[in-house]
Amino acid sequence: MVDSYRPKDLKDALSIRAEYNPQPLAGGTDLMVRYQSWSGTLPLFTKSVMFVGHLKEMKYIKKEAKDKTVTLVIGGTATLTDVANHPDTPVVLKEAVLSIAAPALRNNATLTGNICNASPAGDSICALYALDAVIVIEKSGSRREVPITEFITGPGRTILGPDELVTAIKIPLKASSVNDFTKVGTRRANALSKLSFTGVADYKNGRIDSIALTFGAVGPTVVRSVELEKKLIGLSGPELKAMIPKVIDDYSTVIVPIDDQRSTAVYRKKVALNLLEKYLKELSSHE
Amino acid sequence: MKEIKFILNGKEVSVKADPLKRLLDVLREDEKMTGVKEGCGEGECGACAVLKDGVLVNSCMIPLGAAEGSEIVTPEGIRETDKGKCIIDAFGDAGAVQCGFCTPGMMMATEALLTINNKPDESEIREALSGNLCRCTGYDLIVKGVQIASERGKDLW
Repeated sequence: MVDSYRPKDLKDALSIRAEYNPQPLAGGTDLMVRYQSWSGTLPLFTKSVMFVGHLKEMKYIKKEAKDKTVTLVIGGTATLTDVANHPDTPVVLKEAVLSIAAPALRNNATLTGNICNASPAGDSICALYALDAVIVIEKSGSRREVPITEFITGPGRTILGPDELVTAIKIPLKASSVNDFTKVGTRRANALSKLSFTGVADYKNGRIDSIALTFGAVGPTVVRSVELEKKLIGLSGPELKAMIPKVIDDYSTVIVPIDDQRSTAVYRKKVALNLLEKYLKELSSHE
Repeated sequence: MKEIKFILNGKEVSVKADPLKRLLDVLREDEKMTGVKEGCGEGECGACAVLKDGVLVNSCMIPLGAAEGSEIVTPEGIRETDKGKCIIDAFGDAGAVQCGFCTPGMMMATEALLTINNKPDESEIREALSGNLCRCTGYDLIVKGVQIASERGKDLW
Protein backbone atom coordinates (compact mmCIF):
# COMPACT_ATOMS: atom_id res chain seq x y z
CA MET A 1 0.00 0.00 0.00
CA VAL A 2 1.34 3.43 -0.91
CA ASP A 3 0.41 6.99 0.02
CA SER A 4 -1.60 9.16 -2.29
CA TYR A 5 -2.04 12.90 -2.58
CA ARG A 6 -4.80 15.05 -4.02
CA PRO A 7 -3.43 18.57 -4.45
CA LYS A 8 -5.89 21.48 -4.41
CA ASP A 9 -4.19 23.35 -7.25
CA LEU A 10 -1.13 23.30 -9.49
CA LYS A 11 1.02 25.18 -6.97
CA ASP A 12 0.15 22.63 -4.31
CA ALA A 13 0.86 19.82 -6.80
CA LEU A 14 4.34 21.21 -7.57
CA SER A 15 5.22 21.49 -3.90
CA ILE A 16 4.00 17.92 -3.17
CA ARG A 17 5.96 16.70 -6.18
CA ALA A 18 9.10 18.42 -4.89
CA GLU A 19 8.70 17.12 -1.36
CA TYR A 20 7.62 13.50 -1.90
CA ASN A 21 8.35 12.79 -5.62
CA PRO A 22 5.06 10.90 -6.11
CA GLN A 23 4.02 9.33 -9.42
CA PRO A 24 1.62 11.79 -11.11
CA LEU A 25 -1.65 10.15 -12.23
CA ALA A 26 -3.96 12.06 -14.58
CA GLY A 27 -6.40 9.73 -16.36
CA GLY A 28 -4.81 6.55 -14.99
CA THR A 29 -5.47 4.63 -18.20
CA ASP A 30 -1.85 3.50 -18.55
CA LEU A 31 -0.83 3.39 -14.88
CA MET A 32 -3.87 1.46 -13.62
CA VAL A 33 -3.12 -1.25 -16.19
CA ARG A 34 0.64 -1.27 -15.53
CA TYR A 35 0.13 -1.76 -11.78
CA GLN A 36 -3.03 -3.87 -12.06
CA SER A 37 -3.30 -6.72 -9.59
CA TRP A 38 -5.93 -9.40 -8.98
CA SER A 39 -9.56 -8.48 -9.37
CA GLY A 40 -10.89 -6.69 -6.29
CA THR A 41 -7.45 -5.85 -4.90
CA LEU A 42 -5.49 -2.61 -4.86
CA PRO A 43 -3.23 -1.81 -7.80
CA LEU A 44 0.41 -2.46 -6.86
CA PHE A 45 1.98 0.96 -7.24
CA THR A 46 5.65 0.96 -6.31
CA LYS A 47 5.71 4.55 -5.06
CA SER A 48 3.27 7.14 -3.81
CA VAL A 49 0.74 8.57 -6.25
CA MET A 50 -0.47 12.13 -6.80
CA PHE A 51 -3.80 12.65 -8.54
CA VAL A 52 -3.58 15.52 -11.03
CA GLY A 53 -6.46 14.86 -13.46
CA HIS A 54 -8.83 17.10 -11.48
CA LEU A 55 -6.57 20.19 -11.68
CA LYS A 56 -8.77 22.62 -13.61
CA GLU A 57 -5.97 25.14 -14.26
CA MET A 58 -4.44 22.68 -16.74
CA LYS A 59 -7.71 21.61 -18.39
CA TYR A 60 -7.65 23.95 -21.38
CA ILE A 61 -6.73 24.15 -25.05
CA LYS A 62 -5.99 27.60 -26.41
CA LYS A 63 -4.34 29.41 -29.31
CA GLU A 64 -1.52 31.84 -28.71
CA ALA A 65 -0.24 34.27 -31.36
CA LYS A 66 3.23 35.76 -31.17
CA ASP A 67 5.34 37.25 -34.00
CA LYS A 68 3.18 35.76 -36.77
CA THR A 69 3.48 32.29 -35.21
CA VAL A 70 0.28 30.76 -33.93
CA THR A 71 0.72 28.06 -31.32
CA LEU A 72 -1.85 25.62 -29.99
CA VAL A 73 -1.30 25.14 -26.27
CA ILE A 74 -2.78 21.98 -24.79
CA GLY A 75 -3.00 22.01 -20.99
CA GLY A 76 -1.61 19.14 -18.95
CA THR A 77 -4.98 17.68 -18.00
CA ALA A 78 -6.77 18.10 -21.35
CA THR A 79 -8.16 14.70 -22.33
CA LEU A 80 -7.75 12.96 -25.67
CA THR A 81 -11.44 13.71 -26.31
CA ASP A 82 -10.79 17.42 -25.67
CA VAL A 83 -7.89 17.30 -28.17
CA ALA A 84 -9.91 15.44 -30.82
CA ASN A 85 -12.85 17.85 -30.50
CA HIS A 86 -10.88 21.10 -30.65
CA PRO A 87 -11.33 22.89 -34.00
CA ASP A 88 -7.67 23.96 -34.19
CA THR A 89 -6.10 20.55 -33.53
CA PRO A 90 -3.90 19.63 -36.54
CA VAL A 91 -5.54 16.89 -38.58
CA VAL A 92 -2.77 14.32 -38.07
CA LEU A 93 -2.95 14.74 -34.30
CA LYS A 94 -6.73 14.48 -34.38
CA GLU A 95 -6.53 11.26 -36.39
CA ALA A 96 -3.80 9.88 -34.13
CA VAL A 97 -5.83 10.62 -31.01
CA LEU A 98 -9.00 9.10 -32.49
CA SER A 99 -7.04 5.95 -33.33
CA ILE A 100 -6.33 5.43 -29.63
CA ALA A 101 -8.56 2.92 -27.83
CA ALA A 102 -12.27 3.90 -27.66
CA PRO A 103 -14.45 6.80 -26.44
CA ALA A 104 -14.58 5.82 -22.74
CA LEU A 105 -10.79 5.66 -22.52
CA ARG A 106 -10.25 8.86 -24.52
CA ASN A 107 -12.66 10.68 -22.18
CA ASN A 108 -10.29 9.99 -19.30
CA ALA A 109 -6.80 9.68 -20.79
CA THR A 110 -4.73 12.85 -21.21
CA LEU A 111 -2.39 13.81 -24.05
CA THR A 112 0.27 14.68 -21.46
CA GLY A 113 -0.07 11.22 -19.93
CA ASN A 114 0.38 9.59 -23.34
CA ILE A 115 3.66 11.50 -23.77
CA CYS A 116 4.96 10.90 -20.24
CA ASN A 117 4.22 7.19 -20.63
CA ALA A 118 6.66 7.44 -23.57
CA SER A 119 5.67 4.16 -25.19
CA PRO A 120 7.37 3.60 -28.57
CA ALA A 121 3.86 2.64 -29.73
CA GLY A 122 2.22 5.83 -28.38
CA ASP A 123 0.11 7.00 -31.29
CA SER A 124 -0.12 10.66 -30.35
CA ILE A 125 3.68 10.77 -29.98
CA CYS A 126 4.23 9.82 -33.64
CA ALA A 127 2.07 12.79 -34.71
CA LEU A 128 3.60 15.17 -32.14
CA TYR A 129 7.12 14.43 -33.44
CA ALA A 130 5.99 15.44 -36.93
CA LEU A 131 4.35 18.60 -35.58
CA ASP A 132 7.49 19.80 -33.73
CA ALA A 133 5.68 19.75 -30.38
CA VAL A 134 7.33 21.39 -27.41
CA ILE A 135 6.83 20.11 -23.86
CA VAL A 136 6.32 22.66 -21.08
CA ILE A 137 7.85 21.43 -17.82
CA GLU A 138 7.39 23.16 -14.48
CA LYS A 139 8.65 22.80 -10.97
CA SER A 140 8.19 25.10 -8.00
CA GLY A 141 9.72 28.40 -9.03
CA SER A 142 10.89 27.51 -12.54
CA ARG A 143 9.76 26.42 -15.95
CA ARG A 144 11.45 25.13 -19.09
CA GLU A 145 10.39 24.17 -22.61
CA VAL A 146 11.90 21.18 -24.40
CA PRO A 147 11.26 19.77 -27.90
CA ILE A 148 9.49 16.40 -27.72
CA THR A 149 12.47 14.76 -29.48
CA GLU A 150 14.62 15.67 -26.47
CA PHE A 151 11.92 15.00 -23.88
CA ILE A 152 11.59 11.29 -24.69
CA THR A 153 14.86 9.39 -24.31
CA GLY A 154 13.80 5.75 -24.68
CA PRO A 155 10.94 3.29 -24.11
CA GLY A 156 9.11 4.59 -21.03
CA ARG A 157 11.91 7.07 -20.34
CA THR A 158 11.82 10.87 -20.35
CA ILE A 159 13.96 13.68 -18.98
CA LEU A 160 11.22 14.70 -16.52
CA GLY A 161 12.82 15.32 -13.13
CA PRO A 162 11.34 13.78 -9.96
CA ASP A 163 10.23 17.26 -8.81
CA GLU A 164 8.79 18.35 -12.16
CA LEU A 165 5.42 18.12 -13.92
CA VAL A 166 4.49 18.49 -17.58
CA THR A 167 1.97 21.32 -17.52
CA ALA A 168 1.32 21.87 -21.24
CA ILE A 169 2.18 20.82 -24.79
CA LYS A 170 2.78 23.49 -27.42
CA ILE A 171 2.23 22.86 -31.11
CA PRO A 172 3.23 25.51 -33.67
CA LEU A 173 0.38 25.68 -36.19
CA LYS A 174 1.89 25.62 -39.69
CA ALA A 175 0.49 25.41 -43.18
CA SER A 176 0.29 21.77 -44.22
CA SER A 177 -1.59 20.71 -47.33
CA VAL A 178 -0.79 16.98 -47.55
CA ASN A 179 -1.43 15.20 -44.26
CA ASP A 180 -1.50 11.54 -43.37
CA PHE A 181 -1.64 9.61 -40.12
CA THR A 182 -1.99 5.86 -40.48
CA LYS A 183 -2.00 3.32 -37.69
CA VAL A 184 -1.63 -0.38 -38.31
CA GLY A 185 -3.12 -2.48 -35.50
CA THR A 186 -4.86 -5.79 -35.08
CA ARG A 187 -8.29 -4.16 -35.10
CA ARG A 188 -9.73 -0.65 -35.25
CA ALA A 189 -10.64 -0.04 -31.61
CA ASN A 190 -8.63 -0.78 -28.47
CA ALA A 191 -5.57 -2.13 -30.28
CA LEU A 192 -2.02 -1.00 -29.62
CA SER A 193 -0.04 -0.14 -32.72
CA LYS A 194 2.07 -2.60 -34.67
CA LEU A 195 3.37 0.58 -36.26
CA SER A 196 2.21 4.05 -37.17
CA PHE A 197 3.16 6.69 -39.73
CA THR A 198 2.71 10.44 -39.88
CA GLY A 199 3.43 12.67 -42.87
CA VAL A 200 2.88 16.43 -43.05
CA ALA A 201 4.14 18.64 -45.87
CA ASP A 202 3.44 21.89 -47.64
CA TYR A 203 4.28 23.34 -51.06
CA LYS A 204 5.20 26.95 -51.79
CA ASN A 205 5.46 28.15 -55.40
CA GLY A 206 5.33 24.57 -56.62
CA ARG A 207 8.19 23.34 -54.44
CA ILE A 208 8.18 21.48 -51.15
CA ASP A 209 8.53 24.12 -48.46
CA SER A 210 8.22 21.96 -45.34
CA ILE A 211 7.98 18.24 -44.67
CA ALA A 212 8.05 15.93 -41.66
CA LEU A 213 7.91 12.13 -41.80
CA THR A 214 7.70 10.09 -38.60
CA PHE A 215 7.36 6.39 -37.78
CA GLY A 216 6.01 4.97 -34.52
CA ALA A 217 6.68 1.56 -32.95
CA VAL A 218 9.61 0.80 -35.26
CA GLY A 219 12.35 1.78 -32.79
CA PRO A 220 12.94 2.63 -29.10
CA THR A 221 11.50 6.09 -29.77
CA VAL A 222 9.59 7.56 -32.72
CA VAL A 223 11.85 7.69 -35.80
CA ARG A 224 12.30 11.00 -37.58
CA SER A 225 15.27 11.99 -39.75
CA VAL A 226 15.53 15.73 -40.25
CA GLU A 227 18.55 15.15 -42.51
CA LEU A 228 16.59 12.98 -44.93
CA GLU A 229 13.70 15.46 -44.86
CA LYS A 230 16.10 18.28 -45.81
CA LYS A 231 16.94 16.45 -49.04
CA LEU A 232 13.28 16.77 -50.05
CA ILE A 233 12.90 20.50 -49.39
CA GLY A 234 12.77 22.50 -52.61
CA LEU A 235 11.73 19.62 -54.84
CA SER A 236 8.81 19.96 -57.23
CA GLY A 237 6.18 17.23 -57.39
CA PRO A 238 7.66 15.54 -60.51
CA GLU A 239 11.18 15.76 -59.06
CA LEU A 240 9.98 14.10 -55.87
CA LYS A 241 8.23 11.40 -57.90
CA ALA A 242 11.49 10.51 -59.66
CA MET A 243 13.30 10.32 -56.32
CA ILE A 244 10.84 8.07 -54.44
CA PRO A 245 12.86 4.81 -54.85
CA LYS A 246 15.97 6.56 -53.52
CA VAL A 247 14.04 8.03 -50.56
CA ILE A 248 12.66 4.59 -49.69
CA ASP A 249 16.21 3.21 -49.80
CA ASP A 250 17.43 5.97 -47.49
CA TYR A 251 14.64 5.34 -45.00
CA SER A 252 15.23 1.59 -45.04
CA THR A 253 18.53 2.27 -43.26
CA VAL A 254 16.96 4.35 -40.46
CA ILE A 255 13.92 2.15 -39.80
CA VAL A 256 15.23 -0.73 -37.71
CA PRO A 257 12.33 -2.34 -35.83
CA ILE A 258 12.30 -5.37 -33.52
CA ASP A 259 10.15 -8.48 -33.12
CA ASP A 260 7.77 -8.39 -30.16
CA GLN A 261 4.36 -9.73 -29.12
CA ARG A 262 2.51 -7.36 -31.45
CA SER A 263 4.41 -7.77 -34.69
CA THR A 264 7.67 -8.75 -36.36
CA ALA A 265 10.61 -6.64 -37.49
CA VAL A 266 10.19 -7.74 -41.12
CA TYR A 267 6.48 -6.84 -41.22
CA ARG A 268 6.98 -3.51 -39.48
CA LYS A 269 9.75 -2.41 -41.79
CA LYS A 270 7.94 -3.48 -44.95
CA VAL A 271 4.69 -1.80 -43.98
CA ALA A 272 6.43 1.37 -42.73
CA LEU A 273 8.18 1.74 -46.09
CA ASN A 274 4.95 0.98 -47.96
CA LEU A 275 3.14 3.73 -46.03
CA LEU A 276 6.00 6.10 -46.78
CA GLU A 277 5.84 5.26 -50.49
CA LYS A 278 2.08 5.73 -50.57
CA TYR A 279 2.41 9.12 -48.86
CA LEU A 280 5.23 10.31 -51.13
CA LYS A 281 3.27 9.29 -54.23
CA GLU A 282 0.31 11.29 -53.02
CA LEU A 283 2.53 14.22 -52.11
CA SER A 284 4.22 14.20 -55.53
CA SER A 285 0.85 14.53 -57.24
CA HIS A 286 0.08 17.78 -55.36
CA GLU A 287 1.62 21.17 -55.94
CA MET B 1 -7.71 4.85 4.35
CA LYS B 2 -9.47 8.09 3.69
CA GLU B 3 -13.05 9.29 3.75
CA ILE B 4 -13.88 10.19 0.16
CA LYS B 5 -17.12 11.80 -0.98
CA PHE B 6 -18.68 11.74 -4.40
CA ILE B 7 -22.16 11.83 -5.91
CA LEU B 8 -23.53 8.42 -6.80
CA ASN B 9 -26.71 8.32 -8.88
CA GLY B 10 -27.71 11.75 -7.61
CA LYS B 11 -26.99 11.16 -3.90
CA GLU B 12 -23.87 12.13 -2.02
CA VAL B 13 -22.02 9.12 -0.64
CA SER B 14 -18.99 8.89 1.59
CA VAL B 15 -16.68 5.91 1.32
CA LYS B 16 -13.86 5.01 3.69
CA ALA B 17 -11.24 3.33 1.54
CA ASP B 18 -7.75 3.53 0.12
CA PRO B 19 -7.84 6.31 -2.53
CA LEU B 20 -6.13 3.92 -4.94
CA LYS B 21 -8.97 1.39 -4.73
CA ARG B 22 -10.53 1.04 -8.16
CA LEU B 23 -13.82 2.90 -8.56
CA LEU B 24 -15.16 -0.39 -10.00
CA ASP B 25 -14.52 -2.19 -6.68
CA VAL B 26 -15.90 0.70 -4.62
CA LEU B 27 -19.10 0.67 -6.69
CA ARG B 28 -19.57 -3.10 -6.54
CA GLU B 29 -18.35 -3.85 -3.01
CA ASP B 30 -18.91 -0.73 -0.91
CA GLU B 31 -21.97 0.58 -2.71
CA LYS B 32 -23.45 -2.74 -3.95
CA MET B 33 -23.92 -1.38 -7.45
CA THR B 34 -23.45 -4.75 -9.09
CA GLY B 35 -24.83 -3.57 -12.43
CA VAL B 36 -21.24 -2.45 -13.01
CA LYS B 37 -19.37 -5.55 -14.23
CA GLU B 38 -15.72 -6.44 -14.35
CA GLY B 39 -14.69 -8.02 -17.65
CA CYS B 40 -11.05 -7.46 -18.51
CA GLY B 41 -10.00 -5.03 -15.77
CA GLU B 42 -7.77 -3.16 -18.19
CA GLY B 43 -10.01 -0.83 -20.14
CA GLU B 44 -10.60 -2.99 -23.20
CA CYS B 45 -14.10 -4.42 -22.74
CA GLY B 46 -16.33 -1.63 -21.40
CA ALA B 47 -18.32 -3.90 -19.03
CA CYS B 48 -17.46 -1.56 -16.14
CA ALA B 49 -18.54 1.61 -17.98
CA VAL B 50 -20.13 4.37 -15.90
CA LEU B 51 -20.73 8.06 -16.46
CA LYS B 52 -18.32 10.40 -14.66
CA ASP B 53 -19.42 14.02 -14.76
CA GLY B 54 -21.60 13.15 -17.73
CA VAL B 55 -19.07 11.30 -19.90
CA LEU B 56 -18.50 7.59 -20.42
CA VAL B 57 -15.47 6.14 -18.59
CA ASN B 58 -14.16 2.72 -17.58
CA SER B 59 -14.45 2.42 -13.79
CA CYS B 60 -11.71 -0.24 -13.64
CA MET B 61 -9.09 2.37 -14.59
CA ILE B 62 -10.13 5.09 -12.17
CA PRO B 63 -8.77 5.13 -8.64
CA LEU B 64 -11.35 6.33 -6.10
CA GLY B 65 -9.20 9.36 -5.25
CA ALA B 66 -9.48 10.56 -8.85
CA ALA B 67 -13.28 10.42 -8.60
CA GLU B 68 -13.53 12.52 -5.42
CA GLY B 69 -16.27 15.12 -5.80
CA SER B 70 -17.42 13.78 -9.19
CA GLU B 71 -20.87 12.74 -10.22
CA ILE B 72 -20.94 9.04 -10.99
CA VAL B 73 -23.90 7.35 -12.67
CA THR B 74 -24.13 3.55 -12.83
CA PRO B 75 -26.67 1.39 -14.71
CA GLU B 76 -28.76 1.47 -11.48
CA GLY B 77 -28.95 5.24 -11.86
CA ILE B 78 -30.54 5.17 -15.30
CA ARG B 79 -32.51 1.91 -15.03
CA GLU B 80 -35.66 3.53 -13.63
CA THR B 81 -35.54 6.73 -15.69
CA ASP B 82 -37.57 7.23 -18.89
CA LYS B 83 -34.35 7.14 -20.90
CA GLY B 84 -33.15 4.00 -19.14
CA LYS B 85 -36.49 2.25 -19.68
CA CYS B 86 -36.43 3.27 -23.33
CA ILE B 87 -32.95 1.72 -23.79
CA ILE B 88 -33.89 -1.45 -21.88
CA ASP B 89 -37.10 -1.97 -23.90
CA ALA B 90 -35.32 -1.24 -27.17
CA PHE B 91 -32.55 -3.73 -26.37
CA GLY B 92 -35.18 -6.30 -25.41
CA ASP B 93 -37.20 -5.80 -28.57
CA ALA B 94 -34.11 -5.92 -30.78
CA GLY B 95 -32.83 -9.13 -29.16
CA ALA B 96 -29.69 -7.24 -28.19
CA VAL B 97 -29.21 -9.26 -25.00
CA GLN B 98 -27.92 -12.81 -24.94
CA CYS B 99 -25.75 -13.67 -21.93
CA GLY B 100 -26.23 -10.13 -20.66
CA PHE B 101 -22.78 -9.52 -19.21
CA CYS B 102 -21.91 -6.67 -21.58
CA THR B 103 -25.42 -5.20 -21.50
CA PRO B 104 -25.02 -2.72 -18.60
CA GLY B 105 -21.89 -1.28 -20.27
CA MET B 106 -23.67 -1.18 -23.63
CA MET B 107 -26.57 0.68 -21.98
CA MET B 108 -24.20 3.27 -20.51
CA ALA B 109 -22.47 3.72 -23.87
CA THR B 110 -25.90 4.14 -25.51
CA GLU B 111 -26.97 6.72 -22.92
CA ALA B 112 -23.67 8.61 -23.43
CA LEU B 113 -24.08 8.56 -27.21
CA LEU B 114 -27.73 9.64 -27.31
CA THR B 115 -26.98 12.47 -24.89
CA ILE B 116 -24.58 14.08 -27.36
CA ASN B 117 -26.19 12.84 -30.59
CA ASN B 118 -29.84 11.74 -30.46
CA LYS B 119 -29.99 10.73 -34.13
CA PRO B 120 -26.78 8.74 -34.68
CA ASP B 121 -26.22 6.89 -37.93
CA GLU B 122 -24.96 3.32 -37.96
CA SER B 123 -21.27 4.23 -38.13
CA GLU B 124 -21.65 6.68 -35.25
CA ILE B 125 -23.35 3.96 -33.20
CA ARG B 126 -20.56 1.47 -33.97
CA GLU B 127 -17.91 4.07 -33.03
CA ALA B 128 -19.74 4.86 -29.77
CA LEU B 129 -19.87 1.14 -28.89
CA SER B 130 -16.31 0.43 -30.09
CA GLY B 131 -14.97 0.15 -26.53
CA ASN B 132 -17.61 -2.38 -25.49
CA LEU B 133 -16.99 -6.03 -26.25
CA CYS B 134 -19.81 -8.53 -26.75
CA ARG B 135 -18.96 -12.17 -27.38
CA CYS B 136 -22.53 -13.35 -28.08
CA THR B 137 -24.50 -11.15 -30.41
CA GLY B 138 -22.11 -10.23 -33.20
CA TYR B 139 -23.10 -6.61 -32.45
CA ASP B 140 -25.72 -6.18 -35.19
CA LEU B 141 -28.61 -6.69 -32.76
CA ILE B 142 -27.11 -4.23 -30.29
CA VAL B 143 -26.75 -1.62 -33.05
CA LYS B 144 -30.40 -2.30 -33.89
CA GLY B 145 -31.28 -1.79 -30.20
CA VAL B 146 -29.59 1.59 -30.17
CA GLN B 147 -31.40 2.56 -33.39
CA ILE B 148 -34.77 1.62 -31.87
CA ALA B 149 -33.94 3.58 -28.69
CA SER B 150 -32.97 6.58 -30.78
CA GLU B 151 -36.22 6.47 -32.79
CA ARG B 152 -38.51 5.90 -29.83
CA GLY B 153 -36.63 8.28 -27.57
CA LYS B 154 -36.36 11.23 -29.90
CA ASP B 155 -38.22 13.40 -27.38
CA LEU B 156 -36.23 12.09 -24.41
CA TRP B 157 -32.67 13.03 -25.43
